[in-house]
Amino acid sequence: MPRPELQAPPDIFYNEAEARKYTTSSRIIEIQARISQRALELLALPNDGVPRLLLDIGCGSGLSGETLSENGHHWIGYDISPSMLDVAMEREVDGDLLLADMGQGLGLRPGVVDGAISISAVQWLCYADKSSHEPRMRLKAFFGSLYRCLARGARAVLQLYAENMDQSEMIMTYAMRAGFAGGIVVDWPHSSKARKAYLVLTCGPPSAQTSLPKGKGEDGEMCSEDEESDDENQTVGIYERNRPRKKLKINKNGKGRGWVFKKKEQMRKKGYNVPPDTKYTARKRKAHF
Amino acid sequence: MRLLTHNMLASNVKGVTNGFPLRLEAEKWAEKEVELNADFLRHMFSKIEWKALAGAARAVGYGELPDEADASMLDSEDFLRRFHHALLEIHVEEGALVCPESGRRFPINKGIPNMLLHEDEI
Repeated sequence: MPRPELQAPPDIFYNEAEARKYTTSSRIIEIQARISQRALELLALPNDGVPRLLLDIGCGSGLSGETLSENGHHWIGYDISPSMLDVAMEREVDGDLLLADMGQGLGLRPGVVDGAISISAVQWLCYADKSSHEPRMRLKAFFGSLYRCLARGARAVLQLYAENMDQSEMIMTYAMRAGFAGGIVVDWPHSSKARKAYLVLTCGPPSAQTSLPKGKGEDGEMCSEDEESDDENQTVGIYERNRPRKKLKINKNGKGRGWVFKKKEQMRKKGYNVPPDTKYTARKRKAHF
Repeated sequence: MRLLTHNMLASNVKGVTNGFPLRLEAEKWAEKEVELNADFLRHMFSKIEWKALAGAARAVGYGELPDEADASMLDSEDFLRRFHHALLEIHVEEGALVCPESGRRFPINKGIPNMLLHEDEI
């Protein structure tokens, strides 16, 4: 499936039909909940039972916000798609919703927010959907305002699907330029489906607390999702045209004489008519030049 | 939108230096009961601009908040309850937020403020 970012701007792409999927598809709901749970874990809020004020940037229908509410936190959700926000309203989410464009800045007072999460949203900033859009300026406005509104030492965890290395580098550059410390945590780096990249940013100068947590499954541990999905029940399994083929094992000297004798012997046993082994069998050709 | 969010929002129209507080023009609001959590209120108190909260509470017809407040008042159960009610239980459904400097109106529809800026305001 082509990337949604390439199809239409977010306020158009997430129309009513697309928004409806986020309430009816149990698969989407489950994945969203799992990602937001992990994002909340990476936020590393102090474990003292005090609810915090968090931001959910690109909250959509409020699926990620629900995870925050379940953990007792208050949140403010930003989204640019009115249809998604309508769905969120229908679902009666606990957080407050704002119809806003993160590329225009968040418009919050400085230092008031204890943390921010964003699920699959920030990569939208890399696309210019209107003539007035300048991705670099929008990234700058977003990260600048995010840095200002976060309290000192607060974290922002942004899960994103960057199209390529350039894109994630650009996002990272603007985050660093705004003053954030941090980096990218990749969960399940070896899995194509379950691979998730989280940008973990900390407000303030680097310290022991700002060291990056480890991604899940980095040491070859298998992801539960991979184990669950059995390939037999899937009708279509290949999405990418340029999926790497299995490489043929070719060693420098070819298969060798021994291998040819072995094969001939096998064929003889099966009863085929095989020419006898002579000194010419599998002989190396002369180098002519 | 709760008054908690109103207290955090500032106008970010181009050229505006002090976009806080946004004047709240409430036409319709609702009250929903939420469980009181004293720890959260104590945590938030230092971040709240009290004058803006009291002003916004009056705009939705809740005049029980004192004009001035300091941290020592947080020990009073009665004060906490009023603070909690104003901050978290009042939902503004319809109305508008008005930028104090430029006069730009941000309409609130179905409880969602529309903070989208026009191209010339960025």
